[in-house]
Amino acid sequence: MLGEGIVKGMLETAKNFAGSFVSEDRLTTVEYPEQRIPTAENARVFPFLIYDGPDWHAGLRCVACQICEKECPPKCIYIEKSKDKKPDFVGKPQIYPARFDIDISVCMSCQICVEVCPFEAIKMDTEFELATGDRFGGLLLDCRELAKSNEYYHSIHPTEAAEVDARLAEEKKAAEAKAKAAAAAAAQKAAADAAAKAAAPKPGAPAAGGS
Amino acid sequence: MSVAETRTERSAGWNRPPAVEPEGEGELLEVAMGPHHPSTHGVFRMDVSLDGERVVRLKPVFGYLHRNHEKIAEGVAYLASMPYTDRLDYFCSLTNNWAYALAVEKLAGQEVPARAEYIRVILAELTRIQNHASTIGFLLQEMGASGTPLMYAFREREKILDLFESLTGSRMMCNYMRFGGCRVDLSSAWIEATKKVVAGLPAFVDEFEALLTGNEILMARCQGVGVLKPDLAVNAGISGPMLRASGVNYDLRKVDHYGIYDRFQFRVPLGDHGDIYDRYMVRVLEMRESIGILNQALQDIPLGPIMDAKAKLRGFRPKPGEAYGRIEAPKGELGFYLISDGGPNPYRYRVRPPSLINLTVLEDMCLGHNVADVVLIFGSVDIVLGEVDR
Repeated sequence: MLGEGIVKGMLETAKNFAGSFVSEDRLTTVEYPEQRIPTAENARVFPFLIYDGPDWHAGLRCVACQICEKECPPKCIYIEKSKDKKPDFVGKPQIYPARFDIDISVCMSCQICVEVCPFEAIKMDTEFELATGDRFGGLLLDCRELAKSNEYYHSIHPTEAAEVDARLAEEKKAAEAKAKAAAAAAAQKAAADAAAKAAAPKPGAPAAGGS
Repeated sequence: MSVAETRTERSAGWNRPPAVEPEGEGELLEVAMGPHHPSTHGVFRMDVSLDGERVVRLKPVFGYLHRNHEKIAEGVAYLASMPYTDRLDYFCSLTNNWAYALAVEKLAGQEVPARAEYIRVILAELTRIQNHASTIGFLLQEMGASGTPLMYAFREREKILDLFESLTGSRMMCNYMRFGGCRVDLSSAWIEATKKVVAGLPAFVDEFEALLTGNEILMARCQGVGVLKPDLAVNAGISGPMLRASGVNYDLRKVDHYGIYDRFQFRVPLGDHGDIYDRYMVRVLEMRESIGILNQALQDIPLGPIMDAKAKLRGFRPKPGEAYGRIEAPKGELGFYLISDGGPNPYRYRVRPPSLINLTVLEDMCLGHNVADVVLIFGSVDIVLGEVDR
């Protein structure tokens, strides 16, 4: 019969219309500024830099190796290396970024900087309400604006942050063990040197200079 | 037609004489549909010559969304092109990722672990379902069914995009696949959530079909309109649901057996007439087959690594050579052709976009039909301008 298909379709629409009064999961609309859907745990918007401890400048993990700058597809990162050095999380003196800018009007949130970073220094933020009236300066973030604490990282990506912390702790332990071993070896070597020196009657003689 | 006349035709951009002779007296009316016409899915122009309501000739004009994708890719590392492929066909970023990763894996001779292959199949089939659902929604929108079918399609698409977001971090620009595997592993919670969504999909397709398939208005507008003959379809290099709606049995998942598609049981739906209704029906049936593949893949997914152990992220330099990787994307055959000279960047990078090549027969399908049908025929091709113009 002509019109049967239309009636059948209309019934389907009516079912949906009535269903929205009965079933809770049919009400999918979220009134955005007042109501919010919680962001997914590994959601990504724009990158930020992580620092450990209370002082953002002292605790910055970035060592200005410029790998992210090189790998960034739209080239939105700009880094200048420092002239002096500061200790990193294992205490080794490292250079730090004297300037680290990300132009988030160019950034396309691809996460490649995060993947290539060998120092776990740059991570993705979930903050998306970044509208600004200043379209040039307001979207060019400098080091201070990009630096966020490790606690903040834990609050937005808890699982990932725990993994990163475990990895860094392991690295630190290995570095400490290595330093200890190196110190022990140096001490041993110094002792051996001293012993060799004491044993040799003439330090300047070629036969005794074997140590 | 005299030589002089042909020359002016050429200089005006028409590449062939009018195929349908105008009837009776009077002048032809030239209409520029687009680039801001709401039915053009973006910025696309059709210069149409009309004899009354009848289309006498049609010239597609594209390039408004050209972003220099291929040339940019020659200047950046292999990995850096991956996020750009998301932006080709922004409805199906995961299948774009897969096609590019496949081409590079062929070039570099990398193996993909079994779990990563399963993840890729799951994501590609989810992508296919949401693409076909929204394509049908847009087609109906253009037919004048304002909102309802599109809203139903987007309700389902929303669930699938939520899955994408919780896995890849982004709803549309997923940037998920890597050469030799995938970026992050699936959690068991994600698999459970996907199983729940997939279990709800057959009910959605049933509802969609009850709403549309038997609808007399849809039948009257679609049946016998925009017919594409199988021989023309093959000669023009058409692929995907459009080719199969014309009755040509050609599905790369069956032909190439790329990935692990030979492990799954599924059928290839074929059309008979090659009209808009067949294209609609083929897409609906493909959604059902995709649900079948998803059920099998979610059941059999093995444990194991998701990345090739030899794969490296930085300093990637494949040996000199060339490779063409192609997959059955929701819109048709999506291929990436790469030439390597041993450097960190591709020497040549070429995309074979299904949307652009499926558009080449637009004039042949539209001739002799009314202006209102042009919108429908165009909608049934299923294009995304990001991929047409690149």
